[in-house]
This record gives sequence, C-alpha cells and structure tokens, in this order.
Amino acid sequence: MAQRQPGSQVSTVGSGGSSSNLGDILERVLDKGIVIAGDIQVNLLDIELLTIKLRLVVASLETAKAVGINWWESDPWLSGDSGKLAAENRELRARITELEGGRAEIEDGHDD
Amino acid sequence: MTEATPTGVWLYAVTREPVPGELTGVAGEGVRVVEGHGLAAVVGDVPLGSFGEEALRRNLEDLDWLSTVARAHDAVIGAVVARGPAVPIRLATVYHDDDRVRAVLDERHAEFAHTLDFVTGRTEWGVKAYLDQQPEPDESAARAPASGRGAGTAYLARRRAAQTSRAEAEDRAREQVIAVHNRLAALAADACTHPPQSRALAGHHGQMVLNAAYLVEESAARGFAAEVARCDDECAAIRLQLTGPWPPYSFASLEES
Repeated sequence: MAQRQPGSQVSTVGSGGSSSNLGDILERVLDKGIVIAGDIQVNLLDIELLTIKLRLVVASLETAKAVGINWWESDPWLSGDSGKLAAENRELRARITELEGGRAEIEDGHDD
Repeated sequence: MTEATPTGVWLYAVTREPVPGELTGVAGEGVRVVEGHGLAAVVGDVPLGSFGEEALRRNLEDLDWLSTVARAHDAVIGAVVARGPAVPIRLATVYHDDDRVRAVLDERHAEFAHTLDFVTGRTEWGVKAYLDQQPEPDESAARAPASGRGAGTAYLARRRAAQTSRAEAEDRAREQVIAVHNRLAALAADACTHPPQSRALAGHHGQMVLNAAYLVEESAARGFAAEVARCDDECAAIRLQLTGPWPPYSFASLEES
C-alpha cells in the first residue's frame, strides 16, 4: 500500500514561484495574524484539534502516504461519521487478533 | 443597529490606505473599509447563517469549507498587501457592526500603527526544510527472503537498522538546519519558526525539519532567495523549499496588554 512515488518531487527553490499549499495557508490564517477578540466567539483551538485528529489518523495508519492528499474525504472524524470509525476499529482489532493467532502457529511450526 | 439584516462584519486586515473595491471576500461579498484614527479596517458583510457563532463552529470543522474560506481570506489580505502595508487579522474575527470595528481601531490604534510601521517595506517569506531521504532500508530488506531466524526477529533487526540510519540522517539534517536558519535570519529583519507541518497536510514532501518565516526588506528579497538556493545546494542532508511572498502573517502580533 505504501507505494513510493519517485516522480512526486516538490518544486524546490529556484522556481521563484509561490507554491502555497493548504497547510501553508491554514497555519497562517488560523495561527498567525493579529489575534483580537471578535463579537462572535469561535474557539480556534477547536480547529487545532482537527489537526490533532488528523495526526492520530495518520499515526494509526503508520503511513501518511496511504492517506494521500484527499485525507479529509475519507476521514470519518472529519466527515462526522464516527460510527464508521468505531466499526472499523472493531474490525481492525479482530484482524489483529486473527493475525496474532496465525503468527503464533507459524512460529510454533518453525521451532528453532 | 438594524436587527433586520442577519449579517456580521468580517475583519480581514488593517491598513493605512483606503482599499478600492472589486475585492471579493469569504462569503462572495464585496469588500469595503471602515475608517478610524487614520486607519482603514478591511471588512466584508457576511451572513450569520454561515458565519454566526453556531454556524462557524460547525463549518470550521468542514475541511472543504475551511479551505475555501481560508483561501478567500488569504486572497483578500494578499490583494490589500499588494497595494500597501497592511496587517493581516486572524481568520474568523467577526463583529456585530461597523461601530464595533471602529471601537477596535479606537482602542488599538497605537498598536496597529506600530505593527504597520514594522512591516512597511518588508515581506514575509517561508522556508521549509525536508529530510532528504534515502530509500528506506527496510523496504528493500522486506522483500529479501526470510533467513533461518524467526520472521519476528528479522523484522526487529530491520526496524533497528532503519531507526539507526534515520537517526543519523536526522542528526546531520539538524546541524544543517540550524546553520541555514542562522544564515537566513542574518538577512532578515525578523525571523521565527513554526511547528513542522503534519505530513498529510503538507503532501508527499517527506519529513519536515524546519518550518520558518522571515521578514525580509523588499530590496533584499532577491538576495534572500539566492541565499536560500545556495543553502539548498550546499546542504546535502536537507531539501529547502521557499514560499512567498506572504502577507506578514507571522510578524503581525499585537503586544498582549
């Protein structure tokens, strides 16, 4: 699943152009700039939480590459479908148990 | 105060020159200014149906919505900065009406003026450094046929080897990153670092080891970019990426009072 893509190099310096990805913009408009209290109270910490959720998803998959750039479309947290996530977790735990069972058998069979 | 119009006043930036119209804001609204104390607050009227407290909280969790609004907010600020010095305001700063915006200009005019002076004639540039990764050893090793050892032991050995070489590369990269940051900061009026971005947000760039911003005199911008290119050439362990010019997001903070 973790396919390496040798062609997907970022443009480094020298291109002279501005290559602002979503992360660049978000970190600036959410975290930087002048922070003054508006009349409408929005806790932007809630938004930072979103990034933490993202990291958890990434860590749980062990490879960010598998998530790809469309991560928000498939993330049940972000799409609000947490029931799906719970189901997926149960499924994964079941698979782990199954795999661990299988591995014990293999190692028993090996018997060095 | 008119109760009839369910709109709020979204604040984009504060500048000194009145901004001509033609700019479109986060809600597709025409952008206008509210003046006071020789300052111009760049604002837009946004429907509270999407930008009110309740709606904002919900919408900000929607990454598609957030990215559209963030880009629109950034675009307005960028256009304002292109016309003259301006200080960007953080996303989602919304007031009930123009009077409330004027009150902010009134209360904070000295701080706005100070920040405007600081960023005048200067531009923010972003520089990110990534570990220049060699192919991960465990990927090729994973395809090698298993030896007589248990599969688990071989796996652990591969993991350990991979971790060691990764740690060495990181040490090398860290030294180079510090040197690069010092060289670039020497050419800048101010410098700061942001936390490295998560890999998924940044795309397929490899591990980010520096995420810095530099406030550079406009006259020195060319030299700064050239220095970034030189650093990139000279440092084998890292790969640099220059972004910008940015509005001075990272250098527009008011003193906490």
